[in-house]
Amino acid sequence: MNNRFKENIKKKSSSDSIIDKIMINAIRLFSFIVIIIFILILGKIFYEGIGVINWNFLTGIPKSDISKGGIGPAIFGTMAVSLIMLILAVPVGIFSAIYINEFAKDTFWLRLIRASVNSLAGVPSIVIGLFGFGFFVLFVGKSIDSILQTGMFFGQPAIIWASATLAVLVLPTIIVTTTEALNSIPLTFRQASLGLGASKWQTIRYVILPQARPGILTGVILALSRSIGETAPIMFLGSAFFLPNLPLAYLDLSFIQIPIINPADQFMHLAYHIFILSTQSSNPTLTEPFQYGTTLVLVVITLLLNLTAIIFRFRFRKINEVVKRNQ
Amino acid sequence: MKEVKIKIKNLSVYFNYIQALNDVSLEIFENKVTCLIGPSGCGKTSLLRSLNRMNDMIYGFRMNGEILIDDIDIYNKEIDVVNLRRLVGMVFQQSNLFPKSIYDNLIFAPKILGIKDKNELEEITERVCMQTSIWNEVKDRLNESALNLSAGQQQRLCIARALTVNPDILLMDEPSSSLDPVSTSKIEELLFDLKRNYTILIVTHNMQQAARISDYTAYLYLGQLVEYDKTTKIFTNPANKQTEDFLTGRFG
Ligand SMILES: Nc1ncnc2c1ncn2[C@@H]1O[C@H](COP(=O)(O)OP(=O)(O)OP(=O)(O)O)[C@@H](O)[C@H]1O
Ligand SMILES: [Mg+2]
Repeated sequence: MNNRFKENIKKKSSSDSIIDKIMINAIRLFSFIVIIIFILILGKIFYEGIGVINWNFLTGIPKSDISKGGIGPAIFGTMAVSLIMLILAVPVGIFSAIYINEFAKDTFWLRLIRASVNSLAGVPSIVIGLFGFGFFVLFVGKSIDSILQTGMFFGQPAIIWASATLAVLVLPTIIVTTTEALNSIPLTFRQASLGLGASKWQTIRYVILPQARPGILTGVILALSRSIGETAPIMFLGSAFFLPNLPLAYLDLSFIQIPIINPADQFMHLAYHIFILSTQSSNPTLTEPFQYGTTLVLVVITLLLNLTAIIFRFRFRKINEVVKRNQ
Repeated sequence: MKEVKIKIKNLSVYFNYIQALNDVSLEIFENKVTCLIGPSGCGKTSLLRSLNRMNDMIYGFRMNGEILIDDIDIYNKEIDVVNLRRLVGMVFQQSNLFPKSIYDNLIFAPKILGIKDKNELEEITERVCMQTSIWNEVKDRLNESALNLSAGQQQRLCIARALTVNPDILLMDEPSSSLDPVSTSKIEELLFDLKRNYTILIVTHNMQQAARISDYTAYLYLGQLVEYDKTTKIFTNPANKQTEDFLTGRFG
């Protein structure tokens, strides 16, 4: 009888299997550490912050001493700035990605564009903030002022410039994720569409974009959640220390007045508010709970956004799997 | 009467450094079925895709020679490729249905042509499904994803989709490679019907099928046109020894 099978089938106790065990457990341990850190941070914020969370805190107006009152204007300001940021960044980002992926031939220019996008992604946010102040406020705003003779209207920090600066910050994220989403659409669908007599734009509009939509949305949401947590870029661009009035203007239609975000106003912002609470308070022990409460609100918003992104990603992957199975 | 629909003159096609077609000249007749046969990689697909300019989008594509359809040079600068592709429909070698419902696949092209009327769209859907004998299989599941269909059903749906725009010329790249005998013979019947109004070019690896359905047959080998003649002639008395070897399976 051949003993080859018998001799080789048992579990080895050689050094090989010991290294195997050590490595596998080390990998387990490290991933466990990541989870622990995440839970510790979340737990700390939740534990310290939950106490101050109530309706008044979420919607109320801050009192002159920042350790009292609510963070309503900060939540509103964050949403206003983010909304305008999206209005500016999403079209530019998506159209750039469409150009990069669908129209640009693989040339020097395309490489230059790709390199610029990738470098832009690595620029520290404080630098983007300084650029935003220099470019948007001092250059664009002041130029508009001198052309339109509007004095000091455009050439000062305001929501619109903060949003524009954040748009610059998140543009690489949107462009890269959208390019990837577009790139993942198989060539066969483009051929099918073009072969049926659709034009290039119709193919993009009716075949490629609908299929890439969840991927693009994921990118947009990740960009949004990144921008919401940023303090540095908006520091010089109109985020206010204390501003109880919402940055609203009223569109007067005589029979009704519609409130709209006033892009020329200054604003309060959650991330900046946390920064202020932790550095500018005269009585840190008093403001600490508010600091945690505000952080908790910010973290929950970010987590919810990321959760939405994960759901989109999941849907996107499911569609792609069905497509792949059929090829 | 037979009239020349497509004139291919000294066509050579290159993909970067690969020459896919080498000085091919041939005339395709109107309202006839012309079969392209030849071993894998001999350039059948490349020839077909030259006719609706689908090669244009392949990186590194170059061509020499001329292709005239109804005496119009389709590679002329003034030609609108989009309109060309509406007139020269194509069924691809691999099924390429969109990950949308069956109905959405079928109304894609009509909608792009600007047809909005729901009744008209439904009429088109039913007509092309009847033509490709898939109607009974899909009529109750038009809103299901097209990708849930079996491979053979997908292939017939691709043909149906190509018919929705009423092309002049129909290019079919192995349209019955994964069909059962019943649907294959239905497709073959369909070709008989269609050729009254269309000019059809079809690639097939099935020699019996080529003999059954086509009026003319072109045998390609290594990018060159070896022989082109009436199907009856090619299959009974080929002029070229190579063609005979290929048809009788003594190829290689
Ligand atoms: N997109 C492409 N890029 C580069 N070379 C290509 C491309 N498509 C085809 N070729 C080359 O052109 C030649 C002809 O290919 P073609 O697809 O026309 O063959 P075919 O006769 O259709 O083969 P099959 O019967 O296997 O479908 C082959 O050598 C192939 O490698
Ligand atoms: Mg082929």
